[in-house]
Amino acid sequence: MIMGFADPYDALLNLQRSLQATLSSDWLQDLTPNRGPFPPINVFQQREDILAIIELPGVKKDELQIQAKENAIRIVGKKTIEYPEEASLHRRERISGEFDRTLSLPVQIEPDGIKAEYRDGILALFLPRAESDKPRTIKIS
Amino acid sequence: MASKQELQVAQKRELEKKEETTIPARIFVPNADIYETKDGLNVVLEMPGVDKNSIDVRVEDDVLKVDGRLDFSKYQDLQPLYTEYNVGHFSRTFRLSSKIDQDKISAELQDGVLSLMLPLAEKAKPRTIRVN
Repeated sequence: MIMGFADPYDALLNLQRSLQATLSSDWLQDLTPNRGPFPPINVFQQREDILAIIELPGVKKDELQIQAKENAIRIVGKKTIEYPEEASLHRRERISGEFDRTLSLPVQIEPDGIKAEYRDGILALFLPRAESDKPRTIKIS
Repeated sequence: MASKQELQVAQKRELEKKEETTIPARIFVPNADIYETKDGLNVVLEMPGVDKNSIDVRVEDDVLKVDGRLDFSKYQDLQPLYTEYNVGHFSRTFRLSSKIDQDKISAELQDGVLSLMLPLAEKAKPRTIRVN
């Protein structure tokens, strides 16, 4: 047997490990009933706080609703696409419809400190970590 | 079954480049709708995150080229925790027919959606001929 080649079982084991890691990850647990796949969300850490960036091109600001509860954020809205009457469509790639998605966070957030900014089709949700959730340094006297 | 149409995530399509780029960022093809009215063609492109000043629309040799550059500086001190989509610049080209009046193309950006209005050239518009 030739040594040095990658063992195919290793690859399988790695796949299994990464699948399990995804399943047991704290991110987006299905604790909440509404968990549609739209809109796609990117979650970032900004120092101690969390920033969620969501792409929603073509969604109007007043058709977008954000609700927060403890450690869950719900994004509800609809995307409408209107064509003028008597228009003949040559190509249709954009999709419209309703969406409802809940994002669960593994940390406690401060519901009053949540800031949402919507600009150029991008929704940025600034989610401050609750004071009680932050690690604190204890002074040694 | 729910009567309302639920939105699905559309996978972003990466641009197949003709030339090699010298920038490290990825480039995506924006989703587009094209429809025709009696006044001309409308091209609607989705370019989330691109602001008005970072859009470049040009016509050269009957080719309409739309470029949208994303400002990556906003992502600089962010640590990704969980990601579902990729970010990059946008670019797409369309070949125009001679029916389009290339000097009168107008553009408008709203909520990350760029709408281009390509009016028909006068000679391509339908006209009625009076019978003497």
